[in-house]
Amino acid sequence: MSGYTAATRIRWTEWLPWIAALAFFFLMPEYLSLGARILIFILFALSLDLILGYAGIVTLGHSAFFGLGAYTAGIVSAKLGVQDNFLQLIAAAGAAAALGAATGAIILRTRALTLLMLTLAITAILLEIANKWSSVTGGADGLSGVTVAPILGLFKFDIFNRTAFLYGLGVLFVAWWVVRRIIYSPFGAVLTGIRENRARMHAVGAPVYGRMVLIYAISATIAGIAGALLTQVNQFVGLNVLGLEPSGDILVMLILGGVGRLYGAFVGPVIYLIAQDWLAKQYPEYWYFGVGALLIAVVLFAPGGILGLADQVRDKCLRLFKPRSSAKASAR
Amino acid sequence: MILYVISVGLSVTMGLMGFINLAHGVFAMAGGFVLSGAMARFGVPFPLAVAAAFVLVALGSIVFERLLYSRLYGKPELAQVLFSIGLILVSMAAARLLFGDQAARILLPEYLRGQVHFLERDFPTYRVFIIGFSFLIILGLWFGVERTRWGAMVRAAVDNRAMAQSVGINTRRLFMLTFALGSGLAGLGGALGADILPVQWAYPFEHLVYFLIVVAVGGLGSLRGPFIAALLIGVADTACKYWTPEFGAFLVYAATIAVLLWRPMGLFGVRA
Repeated sequence: MSGYTAATRIRWTEWLPWIAALAFFFLMPEYLSLGARILIFILFALSLDLILGYAGIVTLGHSAFFGLGAYTAGIVSAKLGVQDNFLQLIAAAGAAAALGAATGAIILRTRALTLLMLTLAITAILLEIANKWSSVTGGADGLSGVTVAPILGLFKFDIFNRTAFLYGLGVLFVAWWVVRRIIYSPFGAVLTGIRENRARMHAVGAPVYGRMVLIYAISATIAGIAGALLTQVNQFVGLNVLGLEPSGDILVMLILGGVGRLYGAFVGPVIYLIAQDWLAKQYPEYWYFGVGALLIAVVLFAPGGILGLADQVRDKCLRLFKPRSSAKASAR
Repeated sequence: MILYVISVGLSVTMGLMGFINLAHGVFAMAGGFVLSGAMARFGVPFPLAVAAAFVLVALGSIVFERLLYSRLYGKPELAQVLFSIGLILVSMAAARLLFGDQAARILLPEYLRGQVHFLERDFPTYRVFIIGFSFLIILGLWFGVERTRWGAMVRAAVDNRAMAQSVGINTRRLFMLTFALGSGLAGLGGALGADILPVQWAYPFEHLVYFLIVVAVGGLGSLRGPFIAALLIGVADTACKYWTPEFGAFLVYAATIAVLLWRPMGLFGVRA
């Protein structure tokens, strides 16, 4: 699937998502707000995929970094008056990276339920802080008054979200490139090894714990950037970026798309958010029912998510053709 | 104490069977709805309705176990986590459709209302009753797991399933019954606690964190662990909210993290 030996050159199919995104920009300008949201959640899912899909760290608290990034960008802008978008991004990334490294160093010593519980407790603590420390975070009302100066001094955020969409696309592209490099590097191969067989990775002398903390911090950084993007695009931060629910949502999106594969993080949020946009407004009860049922079905019948299913279908098709061609060969 | 009764059921399924079941609150919620439904619609007396909550939830959980859970034994924890989150979402939506946004209403019988005078102070009768009842459950479970043939079989099957099977224990049936017991206890806890923790459609999600904290802090596969953890967390939570309301639940989470770092397997954990 992936790893050290896989072809690392960018195939032509891998440009398709970006072409699709640009086409979307020109063809459906009225949906750019949703589009920007999708891009942000793709970035968030990508960060989760790094630790969950590649390193095999099961977490229910990834929203801690997303939320921290969102609040850092918001506070830096609304309270400290920093208007430059890149400075806001860097501040958010730095805060998330620091939290990721600190908590990662502590909690990655544990496993299974304990690890799950610790990640959950950390995001719950952040939620409490954001809720109670209202002089800084705005509390339950959320933090408004976030202002972002024109990007590079040229492009203002407009009401049609054109700038927001392209800006999000640009950040996502950079992050995608970085993540791709990580996955296909020896470091990425070590991560896959840790996921598959931790004891054996110890045995071949890989510094398992150090690598896991490192990837945890990297993933936290990307999640923080995603959170900051959300703040910049919405010009608002609310409590809904922290806690169990956003963690669960992003988990569902990633699983739906296919965990442990780069493009699962792309497919999942697109489908999830578009479906949510259409269905959730009209039938909120059925929406959760559907999501839950889908999740159960994916776990039981399609562990690879949508892309996993696509792979299976492709393999079946190939197998249909193969025996025929070999039969022909033997007939000759 | 309610936390205890619900969580001990979770400890039974999670600890004894090694299944990360986040959907435990679903069974607690079901218990609450069975209780209120039985009492309000069919006029069943309170003790009988509580018993019905236990039995019906246990029976219902057997169906779930056979159809869904049993496929996931021994699967990676991620699959189990995701599956149970899915189950939570489905059940929440179903509960909302069936019962609406209102919390289940429980009318306590006369003899459980009012106050008990004890040591110069007044205590609500119902809470005293719950505490007494929990102690009975603790005793019963302790006896069951430590002193009976069933308990020995469960412990054997958990330690080494293949071996237990090869000496002639029907582990399939055993796990099914254990799961039913755990879920039944959750139903019981949900029913008894409906007066204190209101049962409504968001219940499995709202209290999930508390159940998990209790089990994780108490330690998997132990019976007194969740008991002591529930006690600690209940007292600590109330005390924190009373003395330092501005911190709210903050200290509980901080304490959870501290305990888990100090003892990753929980206070009385048997297995990692």
